[in-house]
Amino acid sequence: MLAEFLQYLIAGVTIGATYALVALGFTLVYNASHVINFAQGEMLMIGGMATVALLALGVPLPLAIALAILTAALLGLLLHRLAIAPARQADVVTLIIITIGAAIFLRGIAQVIWGRDYHSLPSFSQPEAINLFGATMYTQSLWVLGISAMVVILLALFFARTAVGRATLAVCMNKRAARLMGVRVEWVLTLAFTLAAVLGAIAGVVAAPITLTSYDIGIMLGLKGFVAAAIGGLGSGVGAIVGGLLLGISEAMTAGYLSSDYKDAVAFLLILLILLFMPRGLFGSREAERV
Amino acid sequence: MRTLSRTPARTLARRTLALVAALACGGLTAPLLAADPIRIGAFVSATGPASLLGDPELKTLELYVEKINEQGGVLGRELELIHYDDAGRASEARRYANRLLRSDRVDLLIGGSTTGTTMAAVPLAERAGRPLISMAGAIEITEPVRPWIFKTPQTDRMAAERVLEDMQQRGIERIGLISGTDSFGRSGREQTHAIAADYGIEIVADRTYGPQDTDMTSQLTRIRNTEGVEAVFNFGFGQGPAIVTRNYAHLGIELPLYQSHGVASDRFLELVGSAGEGVRLPASPLLVPDALPEDDPQRPVVQAYKEAYEARWGESVSTFGGYAYDALMLAVEAMEKAGTTEPEAVRSALERIEGFVGVTGTFNLSPEDHNGLDPSSFRLLEVRDGRWHLVD
Amino acid sequence: MVIPRWIPGKVSGMPLLIAVLLLFPLTTGNEFHLDIATQMALIAATVVGLNLLVGYAGQVSLGHAAFFAIGAYGSAVLTSTYGWSAVPALLGSAALVAAIAWLFGRPLLRLKGHYLSMATLGFGIIVAIVINNEGWLTGGPDGMAVAPFSIFGFELSVFDDYTLWGVEVTGALLWYVVAAFLLVVAVWIALNIIDSPIGRALRAVHGSEVAARVVGVDTAHYKLMIFVVSAIYASVMGSFYAHYTGFITPELATFEHSIELITMVVLGGMGSTFGVIIGAVLLLLLPQLLADFQQYEMLLFGLILMLTMIFMPKGLLPTLCQLFTRVLDRSRLSARRRDET
Repeated sequence: MLAEFLQYLIAGVTIGATYALVALGFTLVYNASHVINFAQGEMLMIGGMATVALLALGVPLPLAIALAILTAALLGLLLHRLAIAPARQADVVTLIIITIGAAIFLRGIAQVIWGRDYHSLPSFSQPEAINLFGATMYTQSLWVLGISAMVVILLALFFARTAVGRATLAVCMNKRAARLMGVRVEWVLTLAFTLAAVLGAIAGVVAAPITLTSYDIGIMLGLKGFVAAAIGGLGSGVGAIVGGLLLGISEAMTAGYLSSDYKDAVAFLLILLILLFMPRGLFGSREAERV
Repeated sequence: MRTLSRTPARTLARRTLALVAALACGGLTAPLLAADPIRIGAFVSATGPASLLGDPELKTLELYVEKINEQGGVLGRELELIHYDDAGRASEARRYANRLLRSDRVDLLIGGSTTGTTMAAVPLAERAGRPLISMAGAIEITEPVRPWIFKTPQTDRMAAERVLEDMQQRGIERIGLISGTDSFGRSGREQTHAIAADYGIEIVADRTYGPQDTDMTSQLTRIRNTEGVEAVFNFGFGQGPAIVTRNYAHLGIELPLYQSHGVASDRFLELVGSAGEGVRLPASPLLVPDALPEDDPQRPVVQAYKEAYEARWGESVSTFGGYAYDALMLAVEAMEKAGTTEPEAVRSALERIEGFVGVTGTFNLSPEDHNGLDPSSFRLLEVRDGRWHLVD
Repeated sequence: MVIPRWIPGKVSGMPLLIAVLLLFPLTTGNEFHLDIATQMALIAATVVGLNLLVGYAGQVSLGHAAFFAIGAYGSAVLTSTYGWSAVPALLGSAALVAAIAWLFGRPLLRLKGHYLSMATLGFGIIVAIVINNEGWLTGGPDGMAVAPFSIFGFELSVFDDYTLWGVEVTGALLWYVVAAFLLVVAVWIALNIIDSPIGRALRAVHGSEVAARVVGVDTAHYKLMIFVVSAIYASVMGSFYAHYTGFITPELATFEHSIELITMVVLGGMGSTFGVIIGAVLLLLLPQLLADFQQYEMLLFGLILMLTMIFMPKGLLPTLCQLFTRVLDRSRLSARRRDET
């Protein structure tokens, strides 16, 4: 009984941590610019696929991972500089459609370069599995959890301790005031897009040994990340993390104990209930509107 | 009052008009009427989620239409392949089938790559009275028999039969079933449920996963913890079964694992690595051309197809391309047998094809059986040392 | 600086649309082209409804495909399985959709933010999952066949030929006429709503809830009405679409399809009823045009979408109109200068 519960929990927390990283990326960009960046899932795909491709070229794993994340970071930066910044006067919905275009474009490139096949990535360390009170756990799950936790801590430190981080927070709170204070808003927005891309790519790399990866894996995982962010109130960092874990665990528990047919529906039902009864999300912040 | 009545076919006047237009457009190439090509219409899912099926199918059709024309065509006429890509969408398939039948006026249809795209086109082919040869798996395509509809792959029921038969021989009585929620998995699950009892087998656990899912440990844990499970059968397509296989090994489940023909490709072996050891599945002999006995009638056909395909396209063959090969060859065989391309004659010739050796199996069609294969056309394979091996 | 009346705007857009719809069949005898145009007209009508919500109520629905699919499956199941006739089935489905929209819209449209988007996203995906899973009702992932649209005893199928008053016409042409008529009606209703007190109130307070409340406009109520209307648009067009294609699959309900509908609105120009029609036509045409590029299709599609939105952030029609007026003004200005000298 306990072993079974533990097995579901492990599965849920592992995939949930991946969702959480993607959700953090959504949240970061949303807070800074109110744009829902639908290319976020594609950054996850780039992370996994680029690592696989570099590995196939004979690049050692740690270097391949670093280069893959760097590639995603560069793409995130370019996405903002070349596609979002030039249209900064446009309506937010227009910017969202631009990110959808970017997502399709990136998927298209990946398909041309890497083909349509699924690929696997070796586990980061051996042995591949360990036993935990009768449940089996991928050692990769420890990597996923460890790296996610580390990333979250670094992110928190970045926002609390560094000038750039605080400038970013200022932009998130009030763009105009931040600009008056001398913050270079455009620069901060670029940083948000780049950081979000890095978060996505990290999620893609650490999860790939468990999930496999392909040019279109970003569609599903990106959507799940977005849902996680929405559960968390779309705009709260803590909310994104809790949302991701909640989503992952609810899926695994439903698939195990209830109906595997409807395991995906549970998460969305969760959204509806939260919206109808706690419309600001679990961790949403109150927003006052100016006349 | 408005009068609105149907006319089953177009008028002669319109046909003449179309012919005149065709003559004008085609230019005045002298032997036009003599060399009037036989038009084969194909709608396949060359792009989109089912491109794994449609892409090799289209490549196979192109390759063999070229080859047949080089060798003088059929009935002294060239073959003309008119093909459209439905991208896996049933509504597109229906539109293109309509276009092929009404605008392109094809003599015969080959397609759908998937059950959904096939079923969307079935009523049109029946209404137009043109034979349609499908490359999709579900049994509902040819059962109940529809006069104009044929198909080349074994039915999903046969795959289930083959697997259940092997389980029975191993003395397995209670199994866990896991399947994808896509069309392939759903239909396979239904068929397995329908016939399991015939083999004295009880399905004690039944779980599903989405086609895009990345982790199935929860479903597998549930199945393992169900009392009395002796083996697990996964009916699925795409990367899902690869993840199931990996998770299965990861969880350390010792029970025999069976997969369906949906994963029968070398790609599957690459993805699962050592986790695939011991997995059994029914598959086309195309996967093990060298392991076929010398006296197997399919051996030369399979090897010739494999060589031709790989030489032309520089990529390895897949089971699905084989379905297209068989569809085209059955069509050609029927036309030659009938001595004409007149639809009704071709249709009844198709029903009379016997002992036709294809890539997928040996076809024995009849008015009661528009598929013509039996479960033995599936070879039961087992993964050993990362390679496919024939189970005796 | 007076803009001449013949420039496509609200005044002359309608005659222009009708003219294009009338002239199109004359330019092509090809059944296939008519078939594509029929699909475009039905989707365009859906998008005209969605545009009311996005362009005037300032709300984004991420689940409009689900409303469309409920209309389609509602009609399909009620006519094929339960033997209803087409019109009551269509109305029944639309009523269900209206009730659902009202249920979600009432609490959520009182709040500022993306709540409606989130709720419609969740609802849309649940609908897609249910359609996929409940095969006994919906045919599951393989989809289900739909009977042709029938009214007063005759069936209208795109795959048949008919004799009307002694003239031979194809089903494709008849369906085109039906779809074109539906599009014109959809536009006419939309324009009337935009010009109604609701539309004017929403435009007046565009963007600011607080301002609206100060001047005593109950925007939440107006937004709710607009949301329900746009959901009914989707449902009704979904019903017609089902009868017209004769075969529907769960794809109709997917999140991707919802995103596609929103993209049409933004591409054509939010708030521009005729613009979004162009958006729908282009987005449906693009894959056909790009099909020859095979594996580069997706890449090019994304690139074109991105570039269009970067360089025409207001959408195609508004940007083009703006450009056109500017050129016109400039030429008139220089003409006046010439006169003066």
